[in-house]
Amino acid sequence: MSTLELAKEKTVAENKKIENISGSEAVLKALLAENVKTIFGYPGGAIMPIYDALYDYTDRLNHILVRHEQGAIHAAQGFARSSGKTGVVFATSGPGATNLVTGLADAMIDSTPLVCITGQVFAHLLGTDAFQETDVINITTPVTKWNYQVTDATEIPSVLAKAFYIAGSGRPGPVLVDITKNAQLQKFDFEGYTKCKHIRSYRPKPIVRKEYIEQAAQLINAAEKPFVIFGQGVILGKAEKEFKDFIEKSGIPAAWTIMGMSAIPTDHPLGVGMLGMHGNYGPNVLTNECDVLIAIGMRFDDRVTGRLDKYAKQAKVIHFDIDPSEIDKNVRVSVPVWGDCKETLPILTGLIEKKTHTNWVARFNEFKKKEEEICIEPEMKPTGNVLSMAEVINLLNELTNGEAIIVTDVGQHQMVACRYAHFKQSKSNITSGGLGTMGFALPASIGAKLGAEERTVIAIAGDGGFQMTIQELGTIMQYGVNVKMLVLNNNFLGMVRQWQQLFNDKRYSFVDIQSPDFVAVAKGYHIDGQKVSERELLREALTTMLNHKGAYLLEVMVGKENNVFPMVPQGCSVAEIRLK
Amino acid sequence: MKPEYTITVYTENQIGLLNRIAIIFSRRKINIESLNTSPSEIESVHRFTIVINETEDVVRKLCRQIEKQVEVLKAYYNNNEEIVWQELALYKVPTAVIAEKVKVERLLREYGARAVAIRNDYTVFETSGHREEIEGLIKALEPYGLIEFVRSARVAIIKDSEGFHKKLKEFESEEPGSNVIENEFLDKQDEVFMM
Repeated sequence: MSTLELAKEKTVAENKKIENISGSEAVLKALLAENVKTIFGYPGGAIMPIYDALYDYTDRLNHILVRHEQGAIHAAQGFARSSGKTGVVFATSGPGATNLVTGLADAMIDSTPLVCITGQVFAHLLGTDAFQETDVINITTPVTKWNYQVTDATEIPSVLAKAFYIAGSGRPGPVLVDITKNAQLQKFDFEGYTKCKHIRSYRPKPIVRKEYIEQAAQLINAAEKPFVIFGQGVILGKAEKEFKDFIEKSGIPAAWTIMGMSAIPTDHPLGVGMLGMHGNYGPNVLTNECDVLIAIGMRFDDRVTGRLDKYAKQAKVIHFDIDPSEIDKNVRVSVPVWGDCKETLPILTGLIEKKTHTNWVARFNEFKKKEEEICIEPEMKPTGNVLSMAEVINLLNELTNGEAIIVTDVGQHQMVACRYAHFKQSKSNITSGGLGTMGFALPASIGAKLGAEERTVIAIAGDGGFQMTIQELGTIMQYGVNVKMLVLNNNFLGMVRQWQQLFNDKRYSFVDIQSPDFVAVAKGYHIDGQKVSERELLREALTTMLNHKGAYLLEVMVGKENNVFPMVPQGCSVAEIRLK
Repeated sequence: MKPEYTITVYTENQIGLLNRIAIIFSRRKINIESLNTSPSEIESVHRFTIVINETEDVVRKLCRQIEKQVEVLKAYYNNNEEIVWQELALYKVPTAVIAEKVKVERLLREYGARAVAIRNDYTVFETSGHREEIEGLIKALEPYGLIEFVRSARVAIIKDSEGFHKKLKEFESEEPGSNVIENEFLDKQDEVFMM
């Protein structure tokens, strides 16, 4: 070895400062190394050492104390979805960890990157039914992309590096790391934190195989009635621009899934609306008329496809996805393009001819006209005095100019908001799409605001869902999180009621839910608000909400028995969509 | 009757992985006929052999879900023509019967059974082979007082496989060459697709 090399080795050794620290501190150092600034969590016995270490890190890490662990994980989801970064959650063992399960399932099905760190009882107590012991690893296995139990502090840096790498790469998803209390307390020689870049058994994205893209381009160039349907993959792949370039060059009309919404501006001339059960008329019907169906970063959920054996049977299907298990899962594909759409789309755009499909796009407009006549107009301008959800959203669009992040809960208001909300920027529509988790909106909006502080964040919830996580008003109060809460109250669990009306002979079984005085509850948390039910007052009320300094709750009373249409009834094909 | 498929999974040796793989089947209410975990031709790489009765379409989708697990290197599925397989069985019979009945002795020889433990009161025989052969011997021994019987999971070798060494090298390199084909399924989508 030359003297130079020797000298070099020496400096490396000197730079590699070995510190003797606790496992808990190693956790926090790992978070800092991963550029984490915000943690959502709730302390408890088994995670106390980490919280004790956190006491000295409050200048570098912003910990948000929620009111329930479910609130923490939904907030982390909201954070991840608005910021494009990985959300981080702390929870204790036993009930703390089990309260995360709904959020994990939600993040799993909606591909949201999360790293959840749970405390666990001492390693020697594992399996003894110790106080607050639960088998977190096995409980969370089906709802995590990866999980791991740490019983030795020396593993912490490498396991967390792996956790962040897995959560955020490929098709993102939630990861859970369970750390026993002894490992949190254990002192060890910390040699620094190295980010994980490769796991031999895990390939987040493949090498793009150009021959498939060439086949896709051939089909697209020869197509007369091509139709693009896209999902959240475009947003997760940060490929909004690549996607826009593709549709603009090809001139192909594009419809979004609920998760893909906002990847292109909602008023884009080639954006023809939303797919699925309560999606737009044209995109649903014309799915069964197109000759080439180009699916990008979406997974053919049953709410999108309706009856599978009558779904796009006439079309050749091209499927772009980063997850090979999605290809051919529900719909038989003619050309699979496995890869990251940020890489595959530009290649495709380069291979296709510049075109306009004027007549074909006009077909969508014909359907749009009919939908407007039969569904949208009466919803936007109801004849009676009672407000409709659609007119509230419409007015909100006008006042926010489509610039706000809208976080919806689950149910009728969600479908109405997603049908009518305008978006100009990506990552603006945050909702529980796959799992349909009521109670998602309020905590997710807290995270969404912290993930995109410069933007207006509006949580829209129904009277049912809002009550499911209403305790998070406490979090909003404590941290002064500036979220606007819009409760669309129809005094019913509206979506279930709609189904009972349509399919169960109006047998309204347990859907007449009573609500507290939401404004008074908010007042109890020192959050301002008001309730309106008159049309004349709506504009002013929404303006007050948007202009208010800090959080604000606006409860709007809407028609009790309004329905969301169009609708693809369960068991029907997309072409059998009902307008009323 | 749905056809029998043997799924071979190469994995890291990690606690909890068995569960991750097992729930892929149970979530879809698919019964695992036989499951074996063992080392593979490569140190540190584990090999699962799973037998199920399902259509090829379902098996292919299961393999993709298995492969999606972070610690799974690769999952293959094969029909019975494509593999060489064996199962092992142990039979416990009263020693007296074997000593007395010439027929039993002949039977055991016929089935290629081998005595692995001989005691005054009982003898344990071992045989290996395909399911039918093993089951044939149970039936044959039943009239003579079969005390205990146990059969192992299937172990199988894929006839066409070149082993996993080459594949592992590809997995270990951070930037595999452009000729690496990572998901063979994409190339052989077949007609067995059902909706």
